[in-house]
Amino acid sequence: MKFMMIVKGTTDSEAGVLPAPELIEAMQRYNEELARAGVLLAADGLQASANGIRISYPEPGGKPKVVDGPFTETKEIIAGYTLIEVKSREEAIQWAMRMPDPHGGGQGQIELRQVFEPEELTPDAEWRQRENELRRQVESQRRG
Amino acid sequence: MSEVRRTIEAVWSMEAPKLIAALTRLTRDVGIAEDLAQDALVAALEKWPQTGLPDNPGAWLMTTARRRGIDLIRRSRLRERKYEQLAGHTPLYAEDEPDLGEGVGDDLLRLIFLTCHPVLAQESRVALTLRLLCGLTTEQIARSYLAAEPAIAQRIVRAKRTLAAKQVAFELPEGRQLQERLSAVLEALYLMFNEGYAATSGDDLLRPLLCREALRLSRVLAELMPGEPEVHGLAALLELQSSRLRQRVAPDGRLVRLRDQNRARWDRLHMRRGLAALERGRSLGRRYGPYLLQAAIAACHAEAPSEAETDWVRISALYEALMQGQPSPVVELNRAVAVAMAFGPAIGLAIADELERRGELAGYHLLPSVRGELLQRLGRPAEARAEFERAAGLARNARERELLLEQAAACEAI
Repeated sequence: MKFMMIVKGTTDSEAGVLPAPELIEAMQRYNEELARAGVLLAADGLQASANGIRISYPEPGGKPKVVDGPFTETKEIIAGYTLIEVKSREEAIQWAMRMPDPHGGGQGQIELRQVFEPEELTPDAEWRQRENELRRQVESQRRG
Repeated sequence: MSEVRRTIEAVWSMEAPKLIAALTRLTRDVGIAEDLAQDALVAALEKWPQTGLPDNPGAWLMTTARRRGIDLIRRSRLRERKYEQLAGHTPLYAEDEPDLGEGVGDDLLRLIFLTCHPVLAQESRVALTLRLLCGLTTEQIARSYLAAEPAIAQRIVRAKRTLAAKQVAFELPEGRQLQERLSAVLEALYLMFNEGYAATSGDDLLRPLLCREALRLSRVLAELMPGEPEVHGLAALLELQSSRLRQRVAPDGRLVRLRDQNRARWDRLHMRRGLAALERGRSLGRRYGPYLLQAAIAACHAEAPSEAETDWVRISALYEALMQGQPSPVVELNRAVAVAMAFGPAIGLAIADELERRGELAGYHLLPSVRGELLQRLGRPAEARAEFERAAGLARNARERELLLEQAAACEAI
């Protein structure tokens, strides 16, 4: 199962202030640890939201509204992510707990989210459901 | 199982390979090392529910296990000294008590080389690796091999005994020996993955646990031995195969052949990682070994939008190279398929016929299956049908048998 550890934005990350060398080093060590355990799939840091745009659909069926960054609500902003593949939810939590505090000044926040597996999303699941439905119908007809 | 217990077991299984590796260095006995690591788990299960998880659970487990290890050594040294006085033996245990923080990677690597040691039977290597490097229970291993638990337990016990009896050293091989031993390691991981990818027996086609662990270990190995092209080759191959894992089996459990798979649903992340690993292996600039070659073949499929648009000429050449380095009738059969796609079914069939004549693949269901396909493409449905039926009779996996019987039945329609 895959999990994404999402590092939330801080006033520093939004101001384009690079993390202290010690933090960068700690993060590198952490990523190495993930890689050496064979669980690291991808890890990236994102530029400040000043460089981003936000596309929203305020009207159902309407045209998109495009807003340039920066965005104000820092805690809602994603500053980076690490994607891991692990055996269990407990293992994912343990890895997330081991990630260094991404800020060090009181604003550090990491969110752990499980990634959908393709079969939970693709038409296959629908297909399977339809198939099961059909099977049930056939069986009940047979019985009736 | 309570949540605390699940958490403790998750922590332990994350740390277990490192614990066992460090303790093997300390005690020079992988069986004792595993027992000590288990003891540390028991201690954690007693203590942590009361105290909560320590700040650094890995260090706690290591310290606990190590303390017990040192106790054990002291006791046996005392005993041994008496023996030594009597018989003048060399010490059984290493004199140094190394700092366990350093060289964790090297210890892990030593452990992989130990569990995949050529003195062990092939199936024992895989079982012992799953047990010691993946932290799997005997029950989990037995389930993924559809074997009885006592049989797997026996296999593991025997493997540990063999390592002790043959006094296999806990060290990294060097020079030419390194290459030989490394290929034993790569082979064990490859077989582990393959058993999961194309289960040779039973009703299910996939054993995801085996694929997942083999892939994970191949990544670990690539981190620990970044200078070995074949290590990246294996990692690339397994990533690329994994990208297709889910499309290999239809929702109703049937096997889906490569050509019928929905390529849009191949896992892009695995694919990208596979291509990157292949590039890392290539960039080391050494001659392609069998795993890089196979990864390069898998990459051809990954990069092709459809079966028809696949670079079959390149794949034929890569199989040719594979045959030169590591001749095997199974590789030759794959070459027959690629050549048929690149240069026409008649040429492919000639290669398959030659294999048939030599009888090296007698009893292997894929030979008649390939011949069936080529015969059908040549417009010889009656012969094709007979071949598919023969293949179905030989297939040990129920799902594969099903698919072959369908292919046999479809021959009449033409």
